[in-house]
Amino acid sequence: MSQRQVLQVFEQYQKARTQFVQMVAELATRPQNIETLQNAGVMSLLRTLLLDVVPTIQQTAALALGRLANYNDDLAEAVVKCDILPQLVYSLAEQNRFYKKAAAFVLRAVGKHSPQLAQAIVDCGALDTLVICLEDFDPGVKEAAAWALRYIARHNAELSQAVVDAGAVPLLVLCIQEPEIALKRIAASALSDIAKHSPELAQTVVDAGAVAHLAQMLLNPDAKLKHQILSALSQVSKHSVDLAEMVVEAEIFPVVLTCLKDKDEYVKKNASTLIREIAKHTPELSQLVVNAGGVAAVIDCIGSCKGNTRLPGIMMLGYVAAHSENLAMAVIISKGVPQLSVCLSEEPEDHIKAAAAWALGQIGRHTPEHARAVAVTNTLPVLLSLYMSTESSEDLQVKSKKAIKSILQKCTYLPALEPFLYDAPPNILKHVVGQFSKVLPHDSKARRLFVTSGGLKKVQEIKAEPGSLLQEYINSINNCYPEEIVRYYSPGYSDTLLQRVDSYQPLNN
Amino acid sequence: MATLARLQARSSTVGNQYYFRNSVVDPFRIKENDAAVKIQSWFRGCQVRAYVRHLNRIVTIIQKWWRSFLGRKQYQLTVQVAYYTMMMNLYNAMAVRIQRRWRGYRVRKYLFNYYYLKEYLRVVSETNDAIRKALEEFAEMKEREEKKANLEREEKKRDYQARKMHYLLSTKQIPGIYNSPFRKEPDPWELQLQKAKPLTHRRPKVKQKDSTSLNDWLACTSARSFPRSEILPPINRKQCQGPFRDITEVLEQRYKPLEPTLWVAEPIDELKLAREELRREEWLRNVNDNMFLPFSSYHKNEKYIPSMHLSSKYCPISHKEQFRSENPKKWICDKVSVGRKSKDFQTVLPSFELFSKYGKLYSKAGQIV
Repeated sequence: MSQRQVLQVFEQYQKARTQFVQMVAELATRPQNIETLQNAGVMSLLRTLLLDVVPTIQQTAALALGRLANYNDDLAEAVVKCDILPQLVYSLAEQNRFYKKAAAFVLRAVGKHSPQLAQAIVDCGALDTLVICLEDFDPGVKEAAAWALRYIARHNAELSQAVVDAGAVPLLVLCIQEPEIALKRIAASALSDIAKHSPELAQTVVDAGAVAHLAQMLLNPDAKLKHQILSALSQVSKHSVDLAEMVVEAEIFPVVLTCLKDKDEYVKKNASTLIREIAKHTPELSQLVVNAGGVAAVIDCIGSCKGNTRLPGIMMLGYVAAHSENLAMAVIISKGVPQLSVCLSEEPEDHIKAAAAWALGQIGRHTPEHARAVAVTNTLPVLLSLYMSTESSEDLQVKSKKAIKSILQKCTYLPALEPFLYDAPPNILKHVVGQFSKVLPHDSKARRLFVTSGGLKKVQEIKAEPGSLLQEYINSINNCYPEEIVRYYSPGYSDTLLQRVDSYQPLNN
Repeated sequence: MATLARLQARSSTVGNQYYFRNSVVDPFRIKENDAAVKIQSWFRGCQVRAYVRHLNRIVTIIQKWWRSFLGRKQYQLTVQVAYYTMMMNLYNAMAVRIQRRWRGYRVRKYLFNYYYLKEYLRVVSETNDAIRKALEEFAEMKEREEKKANLEREEKKRDYQARKMHYLLSTKQIPGIYNSPFRKEPDPWELQLQKAKPLTHRRPKVKQKDSTSLNDWLACTSARSFPRSEILPPINRKQCQGPFRDITEVLEQRYKPLEPTLWVAEPIDELKLAREELRREEWLRNVNDNMFLPFSSYHKNEKYIPSMHLSSKYCPISHKEQFRSENPKKWICDKVSVGRKSKDFQTVLPSFELFSKYGKLYSKAGQIV
C-alpha cells in the first residue's frame, strides 16, 4: 500500500465531514427543515464536530449551531443542555477570527431568546472572552462580540450589570470610534441596551465617555447608525436630570433637529424620543429645547409622518406644555395646536389619540388665553365625541375627559362653549355653565349674544337639582338678566300665557 | 281667833271653790292664749315684712348703682375694642392697598413682565421660523444630493449598457438596429453607442496582495492607505503665467512614485517572514501538524542530488569574477547615470538619505554647476 492510498482514506473522511457540516449549515437556514434536523439528533453530531481538527469544519459546525439556536428558544435551550457553551467559550479565546465570529454568533443566537438562556451564557464565563474579542483586530469579530454582548445585556438589569462588570463598556466606546459602520451600529445599540435598565448603568456608560462620541456621529449619513445612536442617547437621558444634562452638554442640539427631517421613519421617531426624554425632566431643559427651536422642528416632524412615529413628538409637546404657561405659550405660537388637533382627528389608533388629547389638555389648562388658543381650532367637539364614543378605549375616554375639563375650566371663549350646552353630558355641562356664569356678569355684549343665540333658553331647560352647584350657576346666569326675559325663555311660559288669556275677563262686558 | 276658826272652817270650801272656779275658767284661758298668740304673730309678721320690704328697696338701689357702674365700665371697654378693630381694619385695608400696588409692580417688573414675555415669544417664533427654514433647506439639499446620486447611478448604468451593446453600432456597410435607413434621424441610443467604448473581455483579475508592508503604505498602493487619486495627471495644461517651473516637471515630481532607500525598502526580517509564510502554507494544507508517515524506510533509497554550483565539472567558480566584467567600459550602470562619474554596485550597507535624493529634486540647491 502506498502512502497515497492511505492518505486517501483520510482525505475522504475529511471531505465527508466537511460536506456534512456544510449541508447541515445550509439546511438550517430554512425553518421547515429545523424540526427534522433536530429529530435526527443533529445537536450531538455538531457538538463533536466542534472539536474537529480542521478549522473549517469547526467554524461551519459553529455556524450551523448558531442558525439552529437562532430559530427558537427550544433549540437554544437544547444547545445549552448539550453543554456546548463551555466548549465554545474555551475555544473562543484560542481560535482564529473566523471561528471567533461563528462562536460569537452561537452565543448571540442562544442569548437572544430569554433572560435564563442569557444567564446560562454568563454562567459559562463567556463574558470575559467576549470582552477579549472586543479587543480583536478584526472588525467582524468585534462586531459579533458586541452583538452577543448586546443580546445578553438587553434582558434585565442584572445581566447588564454583569456585562458592565466584565469591562465591556470602555471597549464598546472604542468600537464606536472604529471606521466600520456596522461595528459602530452594533456598539451603539449595545450601549443603548446597557443604559436602558437603570440610572447607575446609564451613568457608567456616560462615565466611559460614550456621549461625546455618540453625539459626534449624529451627522453620519447612515440612517441605521443614526437611529441606534439616537436610541442610545435617549436611553441614557431618560433616567435623570443629570444624565439628560450630560447629553445636552454634548451639544446635540441643532444637530438632532436635522435628524427630524430624515427620510427614515425610525430616525425620526428616535430623534423625537430623545428630545422628549430631555424635555420631560425640568422646565429649564424644556426651555432649552424651545430656545433651540426644537418645538417647531418636532411639530413639523409630526406633520410629516404617520402612526407610531408621531407618538414621541406628541408626548414631547405635552411635556413641554405641562411645565409652565410660558412654555405652553411657546408651543402655541409654534403652531402646535392645529397639528395636535389634526393628529387627534386623523390617527386611527387610540393610544396616539389619547396622547394627543393629553397634550392638548396640558396646553390648554394654564390660562384663558391658552384655552382660547386650543378652543379656536375646534378641538373641543372632537374631544367630546371621543369621550362620548363607545368605541374609544377607557384610557382615551379618561384622558379626553380630563383634557376637556381642564380646558373648560379656563376657557372664556364663549362661541366655542355654546355647542357644549346642547350635547354635553351633565358632568361636563356643569363646567360649561360655570364658565358662562363667570363671564356673563361682566360682559354685556356676551349677554346679548347669549340670548340671541338661544343659550339662555337652553339654560332654562336644564333640569338641575335644587341646591346643586349646577343650580347655583344657573341662578347666577339668571341674575344677569331681567326677570321677564328669564321667564319668557323658561319652558312652559307659553302655556302660562295662554292660561292667563283664558282666565282674563274682558273689560267691556 | 274666831276669824281664824272661821277661816279654818271655810278652808275646805275655799279649796273646793278654787278648784271649781279654775275648772270653769280654764277653757277660756286657752282660747285667750291662742288669740293672743295669733295677734302677736300677725303683728310681728307685718313688722318683719315691712322690714324686708325696706331692705329690698335699699338693695335694689345699691344694685342699680353697682350695675350701672359695671355697665359703663364694660361699655367703655367695648368702645375701645371697637375703635381698635376699626383702626386695625383701616390699617389692614391700607396695607392691602400698598401690598397690592407693590406686588403688582414686583410681578410686572420681575416675574411676569408682559413686554418681556411678548419679546420672548417673538424671539421664539423667529427662532422657529429660522429653524424651519434651515431644516427645509437641509432636507432639500439632501433630496437634491440623492437625486443627483440617482441620476449618476442611472447614467453609469446606461453607459455600461451602451458599452455592452456596442456591437449593435451601425457601420457604413451594415446599419445597426438603432440606425434604420428608413428613418430620418438615428435613434438617440445610436448616438449613445457611438460615444461608448466597447467593453473589452474581462481579464482574470490579478489578486491583490493582502499584505500591507511598509512599501505599500508609502507608495499608496494598498487599499487601506491614503486615498489615491483615480484620475491620471492632466496631459496638457496651460503654462501658468509667472516665474513657474515647467508644468510637466512639476507634475512629474508630484506624481513620482516613492523610491525608498534600500535600507527602508527591504524588510529586516525577510527570512523570518518567509519561514513564517512557508509554515502557514504548510499548516493550511495539512490536516495535521505531524506528518503522517507510516513507513520509516520510505526515503531510504532516495539519491542525494547535489546543488548545481557544487556539481560543476570544472573548478568551483570564484565569486568575485562571477558578477562583474573586468572591463569597466562594459559596465552598464555607467551608461545609465550620466551625472555621476562611475557607478559601483549598490551597497547593502545603509546609504545616506540625502544622497539618494540627489539630483531628483528640482531645487537648485542640489545641482552641481
